[in-house]
Amino acid sequence: MLIFEQSRAGRRATAQAPAGAATDHGELPEAQLRRSRPLLPEVSEMQVVRHYTRLSQKNFSIDTHFYPLGSCTMKYNPRACNSLAMLPAFLQRHPLAPANRSQGFMRCLYELQEILQHVTGMRSVSLAPMAGAQGEFAGGAMMLAYHRQRGDTDRDEILVPDAAHGTNPATATMCGCKVRELPTGADGDIDLDALRALVGPRTAGIMLTNPSTLGVFDRKIDQVAKIVHEAGGLLYYDGANLNAILGKVRPGDMGFDVIHVNLHKTFSTPHGGGGPGAGAVGVSERLEPFLPVPFVSRDDDGTLRWQTERERPQSMGRLSAFMGNVGVLLRAYVYARMLGREGMPRVAEYATLNANYLFTELQRVGFEAAYPGRRASHEFVLTLRRQAKELGATTLDFAKRLLDYGYHAPTVYFPLLVAECMLIEPTETEAPEALDGFVAAMAEILAEAGKDPEILHQAPHHLPVRRLDEVAAARNPDLAWRPAEAQPPEQQLSASN
Amino acid sequence: MSEIPAELRYTRDHEWVREEDDGTLTVGITAHAQESLGDLVFVELPAQGQTSEAGEACAVVESVKAASDVYAPVAGTVVATNEALEERPELVNESPYGEGWLFRLEPEDPRNLEGLLDADAYTALLEEEG
Repeated sequence: MLIFEQSRAGRRATAQAPAGAATDHGELPEAQLRRSRPLLPEVSEMQVVRHYTRLSQKNFSIDTHFYPLGSCTMKYNPRACNSLAMLPAFLQRHPLAPANRSQGFMRCLYELQEILQHVTGMRSVSLAPMAGAQGEFAGGAMMLAYHRQRGDTDRDEILVPDAAHGTNPATATMCGCKVRELPTGADGDIDLDALRALVGPRTAGIMLTNPSTLGVFDRKIDQVAKIVHEAGGLLYYDGANLNAILGKVRPGDMGFDVIHVNLHKTFSTPHGGGGPGAGAVGVSERLEPFLPVPFVSRDDDGTLRWQTERERPQSMGRLSAFMGNVGVLLRAYVYARMLGREGMPRVAEYATLNANYLFTELQRVGFEAAYPGRRASHEFVLTLRRQAKELGATTLDFAKRLLDYGYHAPTVYFPLLVAECMLIEPTETEAPEALDGFVAAMAEILAEAGKDPEILHQAPHHLPVRRLDEVAAARNPDLAWRPAEAQPPEQQLSASN
Repeated sequence: MSEIPAELRYTRDHEWVREEDDGTLTVGITAHAQESLGDLVFVELPAQGQTSEAGEACAVVESVKAASDVYAPVAGTVVATNEALEERPELVNESPYGEGWLFRLEPEDPRNLEGLLDADAYTALLEEEG
C-alpha cells in the first residue's frame, strides 16, 4: 500500500511540520509560484513511522541474503569502512577547505591513488569519476585526447567485444566514436583473426573486460594488446571484473593503457540502487597529462596538494564539482588498508574458488555450462536452453522461483550472446554453507520444473508482489499515482481559498 | 523450427529481406529472432533518407530481455519505415514477416543481394546454432 493510499484529509504529523504556514514568498516572482497544491499524503506520525519501517523490512540486501548477481560483485561491505568514513572530521569537512587544513583527508586519497596504481600496474590514478560509466567516459576522452595531441585525428573507431557490458558501446558513442563489434570465438576468447581484420588507421582503441563478461580469462590478451598497439590503437580495461585478479595479475602488465576501477564492486563500497559509485581511472605514462582533475600530488617535502587545470593544462577536465564521491573513496581506502598487500590476492583466490565450487556443484545437479571446458573466473555463465526447450521453464522462471527460496536472482539474459543464460557471481565473502544452500535451491527448482513447470511460471508465490507483467509495464508505463476520485488539485486550491 | 518463408533472403543476424517489384528491399527480423527476444516493447526505426553501409546498425528492437541492433543487410538508403511499430511493437512478434516489417531500403547496388542467405541456408544456420 502506498503512503498516498493511507491519506485522510486534515491528518497531520505535527512533529515534522514547519511552524506556521510559509506565506512569505521572498523574492520569487509571482509568475513562478505554483497555482495548485502539491499532492502530498496526509498521515499521522505513527503511520509514517510504520510505513517506512515496513518498507525497510522488505529490503533485499547483502546484509540479509545471498546476492549472486553476476558482473556486479555484490560483496559484504565491512562495517569498519563505514564507521571510519563517518568520523566527524570527515563528515564535517567543507569541500572548499584549504589544502593546508586538509592534509589528513588528502593523505587518505593520495594513498588510495597509490594503492590503486600498485594493484593495477598503472602509472597514475585519478579518483575523480563518480561512477563506472563516468570512469569509462574519462578513459575514452583521454584516449581521444592522446591521439589528437599527436595530430592523429582520424582515429574515431572503438572496438568492443560482443560480450561487453552495454556501457562500453554507450561510452564509445558518448565520446563521439563509432563502435565496431568484435566477435567472440567458440571458446569464449576474442577471435584474433576478426580483431586483425577490424583494426586499422581509424582505430582509437579497444575496450575490454578481462576476465570477460563470459566469466573466462582471455588467454590471448598479450596478442590482443600487440595487435591493437601495432595498429596505433590503445587498450582500455573495464575494471568490472577486477575482483577475479586482484593482487594476482595487473592490467598494466597485460598491456592496458587506461583502466577504470569500480570501487563500489572490487573495493566493497555500498552498491546498488543506482549509487553512489566511484570509478577511479588509472593510466600509463603516455596518457598521464590527460587525467581528470582534481587529484592529489605530493611534494618532495611531503606536502600534499591538489592537481587542477592550472597544473594540468592538458587534463580532459572535471567530472564533478569537487573531489568525486569522497564518502565512497574513504570507504574504499579503509577496505584496501584492512586487506593490505596479503589480503588483496586472497580476495581473488576466494572469489575464484567460490565461483568454481558453485560452477562445479551446479553442473553436478544438472545445469549446463555455456563454456564447458573453461574454468570460471570469479563468475560463470550457465545456459538453461535445454530446460527451456524440454521443460518449458525459462531462465526467467528459474530466476523468479529463486526469490521464493530467499535468493536474489542472478543476472539473467546477459551476456546477450548466450541463449537463456544466467551469470552467477558468489564473491569471496560467502561461506561454503551459503553456496550449498543456493545449489540445493537450484536443484529443487530443477526438480519442480520437471514435475510441474506451472509452479515456476507463477513464481514468485511468497513475496508481497507476485509475477509482474513486464511487457505491459514497459509498453504502458504508469508511474504517477493519482487519487481515484479526488478533484484535480487546482479545484481543491480554489475551493479552499 | 520456426517459420522460414522460402521466397525471402536472410542474414546471419536473423533478419529477412524481401525484394519488392520496384527494386527496393523490405527488411524485418525473422520469426526465430522475435521468439528469442521475447515480447518487444520498443522499436527504434531509422530516419527516412538515412544511408547505411552493409552491416551498419540502423534500427533497434528492444524486448523485456534485451535491446538488439538491426543491421542494414546491404548498403542503401532508407526509403520507408513501418511507423505503426512506434505504437504497436508487438506487431513484430505477431507477424514478423508481414505487418511487423521494419524498414525499406533502396540498395546502392542491386547485385549485392548475392551475399545473402536463401531459406535453405538460413535453416541450416538455425540448426547449426541449435
